[in-house]
Amino acid sequence: MSLEEGEICALLGENGSGKSTLVKMMYGLVKPDEGEMIFQSRTYSPSNPNEARLAGIAMVFQHFSLFDALTVAENIALGMVDPPPFNKLSREIEEKGKAYGLLLNPDSMVGTLSAGERQRVEIIRCLLQNPKILIMDEPTSVLTPQEANVLFEALRNLAAEGTTILYISHKLEEIKTLCSTATILRAGKVVATCNPEEKSARQLAEMMVGTSIVTPKRTEAQGNRDGQPLFRVEDIEKEASSNFGTSLREISFEVWQGEVFGIGGIAGNGQDELMEVLSGEVLPKGGTIKLNGHDLARLNPNERRKRGLLFAPEQRVGHSAAGEMSLTENAYLTAADRKALSQAGIINWSRAAEFSRTIINQFDVRTPSTDNFAQSLSGGNLQKFVIGREILQNPELLIVNQPTWGVDAAAAASIRQKLIDLADSGAAVVVISQDIDELLEISDYISVLSGGHLSKARPVQELSREDIGLMMGASQESLSEVVV
Amino acid sequence: MLVFERRREPSRFWTAITPVLAVLVTLIAGGIMFAILGKNPVEAIKTIFWAPIFDPNLSAYARPQILVKAAPLVLIAIGLSIGFKANIWNIGAEGQYIMGAILGGGVALAFYPLEAWWIFPLMIVSGIVGGIAWAMIPALLKIKFRTNEILVSLMLVYVSEHFLASVSLGLLRNPDGIGFPGSRNLQHYTSASNGELFVGTGIHLGVIVALVSIFALYGLIRFHRLGFQVRVTGQSVRISRFAGVNPNLMVIFCLAASGGLAGLAGIFELSGPAGQLSIDFNVGYGFTAIIVAFLGRLNPFGIALAALLMSLTYIGGDLAQFMLNLPSAAIQALQGMLLFFLLSMDFLSQYRITIKHWARG
Amino acid sequence: MDFAAINPLIFFSTMVAASIPVLLAALGELVVEKSGVLNLGVEGMMIIGAVCGFIAIYHTGSPLFGVLASIIAGGLLALIFGILTQVLHSNQVATGLALTLFGLGLSALLGQPYAGIKPPTFPKPDFGLLGDLPVLGQLFFKYDYLVYVAFILVVGVSYFLNRTRGGLILRSIGENHDAAHALGYHVVRVRLAAIMFGGGCAGLGGGYLAMIRVPQWTEGMTAGVGWIALALVVFASWRPYRVILGAFLFGGVTLLQLNLQAVGIKVNPAYLSMAPYLITIVALVVISGSSNRLSTQAPGSLGRLFHKTM
Repeated sequence: MSLEEGEICALLGENGSGKSTLVKMMYGLVKPDEGEMIFQSRTYSPSNPNEARLAGIAMVFQHFSLFDALTVAENIALGMVDPPPFNKLSREIEEKGKAYGLLLNPDSMVGTLSAGERQRVEIIRCLLQNPKILIMDEPTSVLTPQEANVLFEALRNLAAEGTTILYISHKLEEIKTLCSTATILRAGKVVATCNPEEKSARQLAEMMVGTSIVTPKRTEAQGNRDGQPLFRVEDIEKEASSNFGTSLREISFEVWQGEVFGIGGIAGNGQDELMEVLSGEVLPKGGTIKLNGHDLARLNPNERRKRGLLFAPEQRVGHSAAGEMSLTENAYLTAADRKALSQAGIINWSRAAEFSRTIINQFDVRTPSTDNFAQSLSGGNLQKFVIGREILQNPELLIVNQPTWGVDAAAAASIRQKLIDLADSGAAVVVISQDIDELLEISDYISVLSGGHLSKARPVQELSREDIGLMMGASQESLSEVVV
Repeated sequence: MLVFERRREPSRFWTAITPVLAVLVTLIAGGIMFAILGKNPVEAIKTIFWAPIFDPNLSAYARPQILVKAAPLVLIAIGLSIGFKANIWNIGAEGQYIMGAILGGGVALAFYPLEAWWIFPLMIVSGIVGGIAWAMIPALLKIKFRTNEILVSLMLVYVSEHFLASVSLGLLRNPDGIGFPGSRNLQHYTSASNGELFVGTGIHLGVIVALVSIFALYGLIRFHRLGFQVRVTGQSVRISRFAGVNPNLMVIFCLAASGGLAGLAGIFELSGPAGQLSIDFNVGYGFTAIIVAFLGRLNPFGIALAALLMSLTYIGGDLAQFMLNLPSAAIQALQGMLLFFLLSMDFLSQYRITIKHWARG
Repeated sequence: MDFAAINPLIFFSTMVAASIPVLLAALGELVVEKSGVLNLGVEGMMIIGAVCGFIAIYHTGSPLFGVLASIIAGGLLALIFGILTQVLHSNQVATGLALTLFGLGLSALLGQPYAGIKPPTFPKPDFGLLGDLPVLGQLFFKYDYLVYVAFILVVGVSYFLNRTRGGLILRSIGENHDAAHALGYHVVRVRLAAIMFGGGCAGLGGGYLAMIRVPQWTEGMTAGVGWIALALVVFASWRPYRVILGAFLFGGVTLLQLNLQAVGIKVNPAYLSMAPYLITIVALVVISGSSNRLSTQAPGSLGRLFHKTM
């Protein structure tokens, strides 16, 4: 593949297609086994990121590159080859920020910043190096559509000044609006290079996945909101448990039988906290959580499970599944009571193994056996296992957080279909997701969690992407005002 | 270059074989250490590891002694292994061992010279209670104030050692001891004596209980929900909450189990082989048991084997001190070395080592 | 009892000297923990430093060699820990414990022939007239060289951590090793260096105990000081200057209980001997109960395993 000066080039591909490995090579974090890179007509083989930065290549990471307990200025200095003294650096940060509309206070602790502000730190860190190539790894995954537009404007300005931008994403619409060429990777190989404006999103997606994609479809007969709601959450309050967490404020919503209730919003706006409170991992300060009229707010997760409330949190290894335990043990993890896998504390391992085999068969989980460790499965397979484990326990209500995060397209489609099927069978599903398209695809009602507040739910027919974006942005704007 | 690649699952072969390898490497390294000390390495190793079991003149005495000395190690290590599996680090078993002995012994001596059948069980229960109570200090402080249980439990070892010194010179001192420090000898108090079960072997009730504890731990970890929850907590606190475990109760359970078993070991030792409370009553079983737990890979049967090995080094060490004038500290160094080698070889079960060539640009 | 028998001037200067071993060890461990590593082997490194320093000063008669031997011995033992935990990815808690057990055993073995011998005296700098000043001379200018070295080291560590790029890199690695790696910093190398520094400091602290403070070699003479140093790091909330405060507190309590025993207070001496350990627990409770991570400056990656994922 090749990049021209001043162009915005997209690098497209599914999870695990080799996008990250490729850019890590450009940034000197990984050495290629063979082949070479030529940069400004010279062989380029950086042995570490410092060399890459010196050569004029900068990178904005998707995660893992900011230090919560250090200040903005310290974070930026760490990403520079030869940073100026701190007072000069602080001035430069403010100047660059003004120039590109990316305002920051150099002395704030990074851990206290919002996702959008953290990304500004990363971008300014790169811009201070005057890079020739700027690599951006999934930059809009943490932004509202409105914030993303501000970012696109800044990127177009940069490109106009001659900076080349390599833009990694799997969001096809934004690539179509922003990029002038696209290189598509599949299973570690370049499969196509094209002009994204000339292709439809569907064509791009099929090039990426290699097969045609079936979009899950809801049946039209949706649960009507008559009678009593199945699940009613009222005035849930919870203080942030860590320095960098979000406090939940007066969360209320209702879910009826047979419906998929979507909760949108960018991660870090209280999603994890809400999930923990609903599952009973932490108890709320006040409020009620009623299922079929019974208040569960003071019960622990197992008690809630016994009453039909099941959960699948966002993080798979280390939260919804134990990485260093077998699939059978992971099946036992949440299904002990509902599937009667133990009596008086004595575990019936053969029943647990049978249950895990059922999950594997019915949810098409690819694994050599039930004895394999959960962490040996790919993200998509493990998520299918986790969702399968909960669905096969016949929940009255299933709450999932980011059901398809980091999951390949085929598995994502099948997981969404299973969630819809569950709702159609008469149960209810609450989906917390930052993927607006996913919510529009499967939900009946949508509300948005932003800065710890949950908006009023609205039927999906009344909503457009832009509406949801505006709902998501509400609190982000107030945050930026504080910084300015 | 060598490339370390993390295995998705630890290799079962290497997990089983590394303790054996570690022991072999320790024998070699230990031999080198003895050679540097100016001892004949072959002779020293043979005296420590071979003579107690196979020397015809010694084995009749030494073989049962291995079991006797392994018993407290097994009891303590079994308890510790529960906490270690859950990432709850009780390092103060030595203190809980002492406090179990003091409380159990104190209760028994309070009834001296009354002879009654209930004194012995009461003494044993008091020993367990003493160990649990002492272990509850780090547990409750951890729950209430998030203090580090490693540091608190360890500080309490020093406190309990000073306490032991004070009671054996004061409160529990033998009134008929004509000024000698130390308590009455429980072996001479029939109702509280934990005597030999088989004449001439020294094997006492503690050995049997230790054996039972091995199977109890196996059942708990393998087949009981509580044991499963212990293992889940060891994976991460977050997932244990998700699985409905109350992390605070888990801290209490793990420290109570290890403290109680350490206290039990203490009272068995006091009423059996040791006989009396004195300043030097504790000999470091609480610390050696940490090595035993790791060497046994936190597995009950592994712990049994590791305890036997450690016990062997104690007895062999005494022999070597007596026959070869080898300093007793050498055994402690040998035990530390063994743990080092074991930990470093764990790498083999976690990682695959491959040799990788890269083609040049 | 007679509290008047305790002269405040002498009490202060003895307290300063009594706090040096724990001060040095805690300062070293602070740097190690700031890099994100928890080394529970401080006690083992101290006692090895103590015995090696003692042997060196006894045979060469040179304080300098004694000091060097302490530092090198502690550093080498730390290197074992570093290789095991950083290269071979062993469990930090277990390896730290192994280090302590091994250190205690090995030191007893090495030190056996030296028990009960007096080492050559350790020199003190001569401040001339300053030392003759009333009160101030006694308070500030009557110590041996290592006391001044220790305090200079505190200043140096604080400057390094907060004012230099190297310190910033070290803190960033302790805060988030994955991010630091992504930016191209050598996590393992920096941590190994920090671990060795910590070992050197602990070794020197042990050496101070055997060569100057006591001064002689006895088996197990560190008596938990290494563990107290670990607690001090928490007490100091990972801030170098506060380590001095903690060390004085510990030194003061140790000294006070000795003084109280000496003046014949009517408390069982065994209970007084418990005081330093109990005070340490109380200090841990006060600090741990009242703090969150940002205000204590506890490193984010402390004790977590780092493995390059590529």
